[in-house]
Amino acid sequence: MGERLEDVRRLFFNWEVMTATFPELLREGLPNTLMVSFGAISIGIVFGMLVALMGISHRWYLKVPAKVYIDIFRGLPAVLTIVLVGLGLPAAGIRPWGREARIAAAVALGAIATAYIAEIFRAGIQSIDKGQMEASRSVGMTYLQAMWLVIIPQAVRRVFPPLTNEAIAIIKDSSLIFVIGLSIGQRDLFRVGQNIAQQSGNYSAVTAAALYYLAITIPLTYLVNWLDTRLREGPKEALPADDLPATAEPGR
Amino acid sequence: MSAPADPSPAGAVRPRVALKGLSKRFGTLEVLNGVDLEIVPGEVVCVLGPSGSGKSTMLRCINLLETPTGGVVEVDGVDITARETNIDDVRTRVGMVFQHFNLFPHMTALGNVTVALRRVKRMKRDEAERIGRERLAEVGLADKADARPAQLSGGQQQRVAIARALAMDPEVMLFDEVTSALDPELVKDVLDVMRGLAAGGMTMVVVTHEMGFAREVADRVVFMDAGALVEEGTPEEIFGHARSPRLRDFLDKVL
Ligand SMILES: Nc1ncnc2c1ncn2[C@@H]1O[C@H](COP(=O)(O)OP(=O)(O)OP(=O)(O)O)[C@@H](O)[C@H]1O
Ligand SMILES: [Mg+2]
Repeated sequence: MGERLEDVRRLFFNWEVMTATFPELLREGLPNTLMVSFGAISIGIVFGMLVALMGISHRWYLKVPAKVYIDIFRGLPAVLTIVLVGLGLPAAGIRPWGREARIAAAVALGAIATAYIAEIFRAGIQSIDKGQMEASRSVGMTYLQAMWLVIIPQAVRRVFPPLTNEAIAIIKDSSLIFVIGLSIGQRDLFRVGQNIAQQSGNYSAVTAAALYYLAITIPLTYLVNWLDTRLREGPKEALPADDLPATAEPGR
Repeated sequence: MSAPADPSPAGAVRPRVALKGLSKRFGTLEVLNGVDLEIVPGEVVCVLGPSGSGKSTMLRCINLLETPTGGVVEVDGVDITARETNIDDVRTRVGMVFQHFNLFPHMTALGNVTVALRRVKRMKRDEAERIGRERLAEVGLADKADARPAQLSGGQQQRVAIARALAMDPEVMLFDEVTSALDPELVKDVLDVMRGLAAGGMTMVVVTHEMGFAREVADRVVFMDAGALVEEGTPEEIFGHARSPRLRDFLDKVL
């Protein structure tokens, strides 16, 4: 038993291998993971909003494509989408983003993120009391003005926790982009760790990568919890509704 | 109480709002069946009726928050249900105040009152804010311009909502049970604002359970039941000499 434990320690928690891996992870893996994830989240937010607005439309030719898109990209395994979008489309000559593998990876992850974020935005928009839309329309705003000026600004606050959750999911899923084939310099945290593990025959390099992921995802998880409670209970300094100076308004 | 109105060629007063055979169905549910009602400029019409009789639906047809399934709604002689009518434009001329205020919680009181001036009427910020502050002063809330709805009492919120509608300089104001959600002690401030509007010659359609208000302020009271106008008349006629059994029944319950 003791021998086994020692094996585990040596294979997974070899401090020398880990410290030797940290700089490379920091130099190459971390920036690439963050870039690809950030790109995917940005794509997801922009197109997710578009798909969400299409999805709540009463026009079938907007609504149906949105629903189909969401169903497909939420229904497929991430790795499959990454292969199809990140590898398949470029192979078919469809690569408006050029030949850069990291951009293909961000687009593929962004396509997935779009589906999930669209659902988050849809739920957020539909959680706003319909009296808000009616009041907006009754003073002459168009539907899109009401959305933009009244509904979405309120929805955005409510979707912050699930959106942060989605960001966590994307950061984790970004470890799958190695299937596209990443050359030196393009590799993400996982790929850097895995390559070193293969060379050294010691998994501690992957463990080192794991620590980087946790250093990002765990704080984000706590941020979600904090945002959640704050949104549920209102900010701490919330005051009774009577005769407050306007400056006491929290949060802005 | 009625303000003088521009006479039409025929010598009669052209109605500001005219409902002609207005019908509304939700699926198979017939909510309005052929309502005829004309409201002349400066007139204050109070609408009474039991719950579910179609009062809100009728009001919401006047600014097309509900689309009529039959009949015509005219504002200043223009059929607003016609395809070619720009409904956003009509809505700037028809103000509406809701039971639950529906203020925009992420804006200040002034922001609520000015957002449509700026974005719909395309006014400069200075001008919009000047008008906004005037309207807030009219409803007694000059000092609350920078407050958020959450910092205001229900009565104050409802008065901001009135100011928001007034800011568009509407030709008619629709009020749908605007005091029903308020604590009793806050009702008076809101009704006082509405009294002031009526005295100033505003054309108003007021769905209300406040019989005292209807009796005192209305030029005309209409009683609705089951999607139809059952009886109409002056407050004295309606409250003192109700003819239909359904109205007498209703008044027995609420008075
Ligand atoms: N969007 C809708 N879909 C289906 N039915 C509706 C809808 N809006 C109203 N109704 C129905 O229409 C009828 C009339 O409703 P309305 O709100 O106009 O009544 P009301 O006279 O304003 O009642 P209250 O005094 O309770 O406000 C009710 O039976 C209601 O359930
Ligand atoms: Mg009603």
